[in-house]
Amino acid sequence: MKFSYYPGCTLKTKAKELDLYGRKSLEKLGVDFEEVKEWQCCGAVYPVSRDEVATKLSAVRTLASAKQENAKLLTLCSACHHVLKRVNDDMKNDDNIRLKANNYLGLDEPYQGETEVVHYLELLRDYVGFDKIKEAVVNPLKGQKIAAYYGCLLLRPSETLKFDNPENPSIIEEFIKAIGATPVKYPFSNECCGAYVSATNKEIAVKKSTKVTDSAVANGAEKIVTACPLCMYNLTENGNKKVPVYYFTELLAEALGVKE
Amino acid sequence: MQKIGVFVCWCGSNIAATVDVKKVAEVLKAEPGVVISENYQYMCSENGQALIRNAIKEHGLTGVVVCSCSPRMHEATFRKTCESAGLNPYMVEIANIREQCSWIHKDIEEATEKAIILGRSAIAKLKLNAPLTSGESAVVKRALVIGGGIAGIQSALDIAEAGFEVDIVEQSPTIGGNMAKLDKTFPTLDCAACILTPKMVDCAQNEKIDIMTFSEIESVKGFVGNFKVQIRRKARFVDEKKCTGCGECMQKCPSKKGLNDFNMGLNTRPAIYIPFAQAIPNVAIIDPEQCLKIKNGKCGLCAMKCNVNAIDYTQKDEIIEREYGAIVVATGYKPISLENFNEYGYSSYKDVVTSLELERLMNAAGPSDGHLVRPSDHKEPKVITFIQCVGSRDTSGCGKPYCSKICCMYTAKHAMLIREKYPDTEVHVFYIDVRTPGKNYDEFFRRAVEQYGVDYIKGMVGKVYEENGKLMVQGSDLINNEQVVIPSDLVVLAAAIEPNPSVRNIATMVTASIDTNNFLTEAHAKLRPVESPTAGIFLSGVCQGPKDIPETVSQASACAAKVIGLLAKDKLKCNACVSHSDEMLCTGCSVCANVCPYGAITYVDKEFRLGGGKTEVRRVATVNDAVCQGCGACTVACPSGAMDLKGFSNKQIMAEVDAICKR
Repeated sequence: MKFSYYPGCTLKTKAKELDLYGRKSLEKLGVDFEEVKEWQCCGAVYPVSRDEVATKLSAVRTLASAKQENAKLLTLCSACHHVLKRVNDDMKNDDNIRLKANNYLGLDEPYQGETEVVHYLELLRDYVGFDKIKEAVVNPLKGQKIAAYYGCLLLRPSETLKFDNPENPSIIEEFIKAIGATPVKYPFSNECCGAYVSATNKEIAVKKSTKVTDSAVANGAEKIVTACPLCMYNLTENGNKKVPVYYFTELLAEALGVKE
Repeated sequence: MQKIGVFVCWCGSNIAATVDVKKVAEVLKAEPGVVISENYQYMCSENGQALIRNAIKEHGLTGVVVCSCSPRMHEATFRKTCESAGLNPYMVEIANIREQCSWIHKDIEEATEKAIILGRSAIAKLKLNAPLTSGESAVVKRALVIGGGIAGIQSALDIAEAGFEVDIVEQSPTIGGNMAKLDKTFPTLDCAACILTPKMVDCAQNEKIDIMTFSEIESVKGFVGNFKVQIRRKARFVDEKKCTGCGECMQKCPSKKGLNDFNMGLNTRPAIYIPFAQAIPNVAIIDPEQCLKIKNGKCGLCAMKCNVNAIDYTQKDEIIEREYGAIVVATGYKPISLENFNEYGYSSYKDVVTSLELERLMNAAGPSDGHLVRPSDHKEPKVITFIQCVGSRDTSGCGKPYCSKICCMYTAKHAMLIREKYPDTEVHVFYIDVRTPGKNYDEFFRRAVEQYGVDYIKGMVGKVYEENGKLMVQGSDLINNEQVVIPSDLVVLAAAIEPNPSVRNIATMVTASIDTNNFLTEAHAKLRPVESPTAGIFLSGVCQGPKDIPETVSQASACAAKVIGLLAKDKLKCNACVSHSDEMLCTGCSVCANVCPYGAITYVDKEFRLGGGKTEVRRVATVNDAVCQGCGACTVACPSGAMDLKGFSNKQIMAEVDAICKR
């Protein structure tokens, strides 16, 4: 099975580790993937507005290019995944958006939501399998108490994202177990980190992020893992700073022995 | 030569505002065979009916077309009108120009044209109508009540009171249903057991009522007045006739780990048990999953201790067959599963309970002997937070779109009872709306707020989580426009109610229709609320829609009145529009018999002449007119076109289609 890998802008700038360790781990796990050629911005937050078609076009180009490669579109950044998955859903189910977007783009063959968008974590769970990862681990993170942090973008709206139970997700906890560590249960793994409000109202962002990090620490977490660059920013900048935050791919690479 | 009369109804402005009724009458008058065509403001009124009767007599009409509302509404009315004027009631056709025309169109010209077409189509069909007479069938004077909760109990008592025999079939080991689990009942706060158990005893002592508990409906055949029902009497491993309910066996049973269903699994019970002190029948039952003797042959203590030799470890399910004239479905409800509601932490925290669990925690016969303690550490809760609408009025797909109707009142009841008995306790209630219509209901709710100081917070809860030994209830207070977090000791969820899951199976067996939420559909939402569209099937209690106890009891009695009305008849008129087979076309393939839901079709070997003195014996279908309900399934299924429905023959339907298509 072939995957078209879509890194997105943040993974080439602020979140280079997320990308780097993600690739290394995929190579180690023997996943057949190739970066989308000439990929464009996913569109950031703008494509999720319901009535704007133009902002969705770059996402549709990416989706259509994966279709051309006959591959599933592999994403890693939570925000890109969210946007691409939702735009894909629009292209599949919203006649108006599909018609207008195709009229704009004038592709050889109209795009109708055929591509499957798969998040890296979903790839680990559904295509590689956590059992296989457990076998591939050479450096189990034994004894480490790690808290999973999902944030919002991977989980909601759950009927479109279909990622995990939005109120009680478990995929990152399963991942933590697979790399030999112990997941820490705490109530705020799916609460908001403060997101973009950090830019306009620092106080609220601090309150939100501290609530998450405090609770993780109180429940015994030594590390937090996330898949989202924005969550990473908020938890590290606005959280309580008592607990280090990692991208999950970094810990995966470490466990697989491919982190330098 | 046919003489047809056409009668176009205005239905006040219902039809006349959108359809030019005079023009319809005029145009239809020109149709071949039509001798008179009239229009009138209310054709169903006494004067309107007189118009039809007079026309039949005056013009010697052979058939009547009434252009009016849906035949579901007034077909029976106009058939009676015509019959009283000497016309065969099946020589009447209704053209539905209200529901299928005036109500759904706006343009007068178009609607008028459509009304004319519908009228023509009815005339075309009427020309092929033949006078039909209906047969008669006897009525079995016994009723079946499925479900032994308060609804079933009330229906059964009322039917028995009128002198008819009734069987109650209940799937659990005792009658009483959900009401038996309740502590107090709103709005009068009398104890549920005190008002329910005398009724349960009445059932047990009434010689007209036969109670079959731990039993399920296996199959239902037949039709109104003549149902044949198979009932599975599941093995309870105790002889019901011998057991005296002394309870000695329960004391001695060494296996005490089974979850006590009656207490909502909040405590355990022995493998042999009587569900609760006032159970009817007061007879023990063995849970084979827990019984050491049944599981591995070691034990047998209860059999040794039983003075009347009632224990029978080898008992098997038994299937009995009985006949009934009417069936009451009273299958009730259950609270929904809360597995989709992780935000409230029901599966994660012991001290998050449902309202029905709270009933048991507050009940003197409950797991804590009526002393309200939290399940985790048996300490008295000091702060209790209620969350209403858990899964009710929920369009997210996790819950139910409807209002469960009872939760606002029982939550107010719980809050009030707690504040009364434990005045130090702080009680909060999160609600979307408080809905308390009903006699003395809103007064009851206000008492909770004003007299008992219950803190009602308008808003929904986003999350319940544990912190420092407290359950933190995080929600929004929409009136103060703020986020609140209430550290609580006990959280009570008012879970939505849904029809008992067994109802789907039962609905299929009795061919009663069911809605998207699994509630049984009534024959008419306003005018026939206790009857199913299927003749002879009646609806009692929550199986038809959410209801509280007073409403359930009213409906159960209404349902009984309908059953009594049916059973009081000695004979029932059968449907005249039954199926019949054309023996010349029938190949005896059995397809029709296989699709017939009533078992009305059998096969006979018949001798046919082939000419030249030769004969041939062929197997052909015959229809039992008394059993056929005229559903038409066989006419569609028959590959050779031999099956046809009287009053709705293939020819008639094609004539209707032709009339519609003709320009």
